[in-house]
Amino acid sequence: MQDSPKYWKGIEELENSPEFTKNAFSEFGDFLPMKEAHGSSDATVAPRRDFLKLMGFGIAAATLASCETPIRKAIPYLNKPEEVDPGIANFYASTYFNGSDYNSILVKTREGRPIKLEGNPESPITRGGLSARAQAAVLNLYDKGRLQHFTIKGNKADKDKVDQEIRTKLAGATGRIAIVSPTIISPSTKKVIAEFAARYPNTEHVMYDANSQSALLRANGGVLPAYDFSKADVIVGLGADFLGTWISPVEFAAQYVTNRKVSSEKKSMSRHYQFETMLTLTGSNADVRVPVKPSEMGATTLALYNEVIGGGSAGSSKEIKKVASDLKAARGRSLVVSGSNDVAIQTLVAAINQSLGNVGTSVDLTTPSLVRQGDDARLLRLVNDMNAGSVGAVIFYNANPAYDHPLAEKVKSGIAKVPVSISLNDRLDETGALCYYACPDHNFLESWNDFEPKRGYLSLSQPAISPLFATRQAQDSLLIWSGNTKSYYNYLRDSWRGVLAGDFQKAWDKAVHDGVATGTLAPATQPQLAPTMSVDQAVSAVTASPKVTGVELCLYEKVGIGAGGCEANNPWLQELPDPVTKATWGNYVAVPRDMAVTNKWEQNDVLKVSVNGAKPIELPVLIQPGQAKGSVSIAIGYGREKAGRVGDSVGANVYPLAVVRDNSLVYSNVVQLEKTGATSPIAQTQTHHTIMDRKSVVQEATLAQYIKNPKEVTEYETISTPDGPQKPNKVSLWQDYEYKNHHWGMSIDLNSCIGCGSCVIGCQVENNVAVVGKQEVINRREMHWLRIDRYYSSDAHKEDFEEKGKLATYEAMEHPSENPSVIFQPMMCQHCNHAPCETVCPVLATTHSSEGLNQMTYNRCVGTRYCANNCPYKVRRFNWFSYYSNEKFEDVNSHMFTDLGRMVLNPDVTVRARGVMEKCSFCVQRIQLAKLEAKKEKRRPKDGEVVTACAQSCPTQAITFGDLRDPETRVAQIWRREDGERAFKVIDSINTQPNITYLTKIRNRDKSEFNA
Amino acid sequence: MNSIRLRSFSHFFLALFLTLAAVGNSSAQDVGAAPAVSKEGVTPGSSNAGNASAAAAPAAAATPGAGGGDAAAIAAGDALFKGNCAQCHAVNDVVVGPALAGITKRRPVSWLIPWIKNSSKVVASGDEYAVKLFNQYQKQQMPSFQLSDQEITSILAWVTSQEGGAKAATGGGAGTDKADPATDTKLGADAGGAGQYADVLLIVLVVVLIVLVVTLVIIANIMKDVLRGRKDLDGRDVEILEQRFDWSKLYKSSAIRIGAGVVFTLVILYESVQGAMGVGLTQGYQPTQPIAFSHKLHAGENQINCAYCHTSVYKSKSANIPSANICMNCHSQIKTESQEIKKIYRAIERKQPIQWVRIHNLPDLAYFNHSQHTQVGGIECQTCHGPIQNMEVVYQYSPLTMGWCINCHRETPLNTKGNGYYNNLVKLHDQANGAAPFTVSSNGGTECSKCHY
Repeated sequence: MQDSPKYWKGIEELENSPEFTKNAFSEFGDFLPMKEAHGSSDATVAPRRDFLKLMGFGIAAATLASCETPIRKAIPYLNKPEEVDPGIANFYASTYFNGSDYNSILVKTREGRPIKLEGNPESPITRGGLSARAQAAVLNLYDKGRLQHFTIKGNKADKDKVDQEIRTKLAGATGRIAIVSPTIISPSTKKVIAEFAARYPNTEHVMYDANSQSALLRANGGVLPAYDFSKADVIVGLGADFLGTWISPVEFAAQYVTNRKVSSEKKSMSRHYQFETMLTLTGSNADVRVPVKPSEMGATTLALYNEVIGGGSAGSSKEIKKVASDLKAARGRSLVVSGSNDVAIQTLVAAINQSLGNVGTSVDLTTPSLVRQGDDARLLRLVNDMNAGSVGAVIFYNANPAYDHPLAEKVKSGIAKVPVSISLNDRLDETGALCYYACPDHNFLESWNDFEPKRGYLSLSQPAISPLFATRQAQDSLLIWSGNTKSYYNYLRDSWRGVLAGDFQKAWDKAVHDGVATGTLAPATQPQLAPTMSVDQAVSAVTASPKVTGVELCLYEKVGIGAGGCEANNPWLQELPDPVTKATWGNYVAVPRDMAVTNKWEQNDVLKVSVNGAKPIELPVLIQPGQAKGSVSIAIGYGREKAGRVGDSVGANVYPLAVVRDNSLVYSNVVQLEKTGATSPIAQTQTHHTIMDRKSVVQEATLAQYIKNPKEVTEYETISTPDGPQKPNKVSLWQDYEYKNHHWGMSIDLNSCIGCGSCVIGCQVENNVAVVGKQEVINRREMHWLRIDRYYSSDAHKEDFEEKGKLATYEAMEHPSENPSVIFQPMMCQHCNHAPCETVCPVLATTHSSEGLNQMTYNRCVGTRYCANNCPYKVRRFNWFSYYSNEKFEDVNSHMFTDLGRMVLNPDVTVRARGVMEKCSFCVQRIQLAKLEAKKEKRRPKDGEVVTACAQSCPTQAITFGDLRDPETRVAQIWRREDGERAFKVIDSINTQPNITYLTKIRNRDKSEFNA
Repeated sequence: MNSIRLRSFSHFFLALFLTLAAVGNSSAQDVGAAPAVSKEGVTPGSSNAGNASAAAAPAAAATPGAGGGDAAAIAAGDALFKGNCAQCHAVNDVVVGPALAGITKRRPVSWLIPWIKNSSKVVASGDEYAVKLFNQYQKQQMPSFQLSDQEITSILAWVTSQEGGAKAATGGGAGTDKADPATDTKLGADAGGAGQYADVLLIVLVVVLIVLVVTLVIIANIMKDVLRGRKDLDGRDVEILEQRFDWSKLYKSSAIRIGAGVVFTLVILYESVQGAMGVGLTQGYQPTQPIAFSHKLHAGENQINCAYCHTSVYKSKSANIPSANICMNCHSQIKTESQEIKKIYRAIERKQPIQWVRIHNLPDLAYFNHSQHTQVGGIECQTCHGPIQNMEVVYQYSPLTMGWCINCHRETPLNTKGNGYYNNLVKLHDQANGAAPFTVSSNGGTECSKCHY
């Protein structure tokens, strides 16, 4: 009899597909296909030529080994900068904003080259957290796909010549001049653009967002409200993926989790309802999630509006009634957000928040957010004007509408009709390649800039490296063209005068040092072209919207790739598993299970997706639990053609499937799906590295249970002994270690972990983890040291036994849920005190340290892989190839191949060779560094000084790391406080005694799950 | 015949003698090197900490005598001085800035603190002494230091304590210059005395043995000649007299052949194993550098502190190769006509950095941090880099193998004194192990992930 929720990693597991069962019990996928090149029929016979090759190699290697060691040079500075010491990292405060999420960052540089981005704890907005995209942005600096010089018609050109020609042509331009950009939150850049507009009076600045929020802006009078999720006890999300991609996910995640953390002192948490089509990161974290088709979103919002404001209507579902009553009970302490780009829906949501009294508490209209300012109508008008020939010149500043706009074809034809087209994009992308001139912008790590993500909150970015290529900062280009000889740095400084109080030089230095400041420079926002809507109009618009028949398509943004900017060419992000589907390298059609069953589609079957009037696209099927019935979802941001070697032709571009309706973009449509007969495997990671048993791996309980008795929310396993059931650690074959100096330990709060994947990238950057590419992920050989396991659990409840009867309930449990609960669990080396891997290594390459670390010594490893076979947590990774020199990986792992790319590697961590095992080291290089700093200062390390890359990057502080020997550290306190309550070790019964403890997830849900 | 036999014997003896001489020589070389190092350690007036432990010893001994502040402050001052001041100042010598001995008597502390924090401000304020000092030292500005008042006082306390030690040393040695070398040789004898004595004894023994054998052979030949002269010998006696050693029997003996074969194989095997172990070993590597820079001149004769040029040796993983601007601190004035120094000028003019040949190459898989060993461990540079102050051209002194590292970690006691990091560890160690020294390895210093990650 099962008394805990049934967890499953994916559909394959629940159905026990042959593929899954074959792989579940083998640590490694197929062995290396040695013979693939010969096409030999008999794989067991080594051909004579192989023998000769090996002989030849042996002789050559022996000769080489006896040669002289190569001469190495040591080249010092000519004039060493005072603050740079070789071997010591310098940190510079800066800002990452790429038209999507805003992050205040610290740039870690070694010998003058940026090697890692970390969160800036000084920032009141991101509070030291960092999104996965921002973590990976450091690699964009060393991207070979960047345009390295100015061009005219794609040919290298001299800067001065380009400037001269552009100035002449701009002066003589007939018709409007348009500057097209994504949202710009830099006040000084806007000033530069205003100056440009003053010089060329016909100039219009058009901002648009690849994943538009125009409707939200329109519904709130042209401003984006600032939300505070920490002030909401009841949160209702209507298709807004606010933890993953919507507006400012890092900021929202930190707020959201403050009100979700529980402890024996604080036994309360917010309740989160989510109505959405695709199972998003946010929906996975919701307490109650309701799948809704895109076309029903309006009706759902209206029903909620009626329940909250009006007297309610009989037609409302029981979920809506429940949500409305919860909302009304939490007046002023609730929040409703919608991700829809339909102004009617946004108007209703604004009205709901207004009537609940949330404006002023969780919704702030006085200090609005500025990170989305795009106006769909403006770009649409520009596209029409370009095609009509009334535009004299167009400048694209980091904007790529020839790719990321539904009307990309019209944009392309329009650019051809504009006499002067200039691209300031960092590469010759889809738009840049069509422009006559290309004047590439610096990377953000090479530039000065300022940002105002929210009115009153300023931040700066400063160059952390000299420009790598012959590029020029876009603002400088605009200044030069408008005849201003001032450099942008001086321009920026001057525009900050008067904002900073006190002595300017001092205040400026402090602002540069901290990276953030208070004060406002934001100019008045542009008025929206399309008119606002009254609530009555909105109600009638929603009511009047036609009934949709057919399969609905929902377009969504992925956490890693986003809208497909320069992230597309970033192999780290391409290989970052999607938090929910765990798919890497490409997009797919997510379909609900019943639709797949009805149409006899199987996972990986390629479907033709066609919309009336658009070119059909072909993508494989992914069966996605939680996908709303009658709908499918596809991610935007893929199918780039000119992103670079990594990003080109990964997945398919679905922007053309979006529609333009009433001057705004609608990211849903009705589609026809047709099986093509081909298959295309999706590189999913979830069923890889399957843990031996699910019971006692993840644990969860409801808030009600937790309030009743915190000691009963976690199930502790016991083992049978002659003296009755005992804790597993009562019986042991091993001797215990005694830790005299330090005992490093970690705690991971499953209640705070939202599964965003920031830690995965943080770990990858810090530890030089190789990228392996799509085929190797399919071969189950990804190298991530830290993975986030996503488990679905059945939605059967204990009460179902009474309601539906036992047999029916059990039968229901046999089928995968249509709308399962999701739980995320970061999984890395558990640093067991009784480590099974250590005992089986024949060469002692993996050993235990006197500080509790499970050490992996690469130079000793001979690659027997016994350790990985014996690891119950499946966290060891084997290097099947030389990922840094095998040309098979040159495209995906390019940063380990070229001198330019290698600049991003962490010089304190070895790049592992082929044939050795590797795994999480608890960032031992950071531990050693922090210890050394303490020793130099003749003291013990303080709590918070020793921190792993994953703990540091976590936006929600779910991961805590520290010294368990020191009772004052946070991690030691958590271990003590939660012992017997929420703290549990994964697979405790085998008594490996991990140094990582997990805290049981608590859901704020009414019905109790299957749990003791 | 006899003479031939004798000659072969003499050849053998010559070979034996040469071998022994060679062994003796090499050990004598070792012996010779030992006093050279220790001699350097106690070079008169060497107050720079980079040099040798002997310098620290009198300083520590002299501390109570100097009576300048408490020991903790002085210890803190030591570290701060090395980290901040040693590049330009020594206690008793003019380096770039003035010698600091007697500084607290020359200027009041209340003047020194603002001066150290921001000297240009003091100069700008028109302070007479400051302006004079500024002009005296080629108008070279002393950089500002972000030190607290307390840190500055502890540096001054350390300087005072050093100045006391130096005085004691020079004062003692002023009248009796010979006293110093005397203690040197005594030190040297202490260090290598026993070994030297055994070697001498061995050589004497060998010489006596050779003389004895030669005498015996001569006597035997004389006896034979005498016997041959006699006619009354019977057949057996003649046989004995004319007996000759049959070499062919030895050659044909299978036992000898097998023995020789085994020895030969073993020698070849041993040599190849040794050879294989030595692949990649570059001990003694002494490449020609692009500029004939002499450590003997700079570190040895001119007593310039190691950290003056290798600025980050106390704070970073790497003890950086000095940049050209550090050379220019002195060589903008000194020896400007030298051909070698002109190479530096050229490098600066052409903006082409000097490409030194790297001598110490650790494999990438090993992590080594200089500051851990110098600042925390208190290890002298010479411990690993050898008598660098005697090297005209630098060579790799230590094998830099893992065995060499591990061995040192096993044998070296931790430098725990006055370091709060180790307080509790020392207590725990002493409770558990009593008298056994608290070595690096007993604190986990031989674990894999201390150096490999």
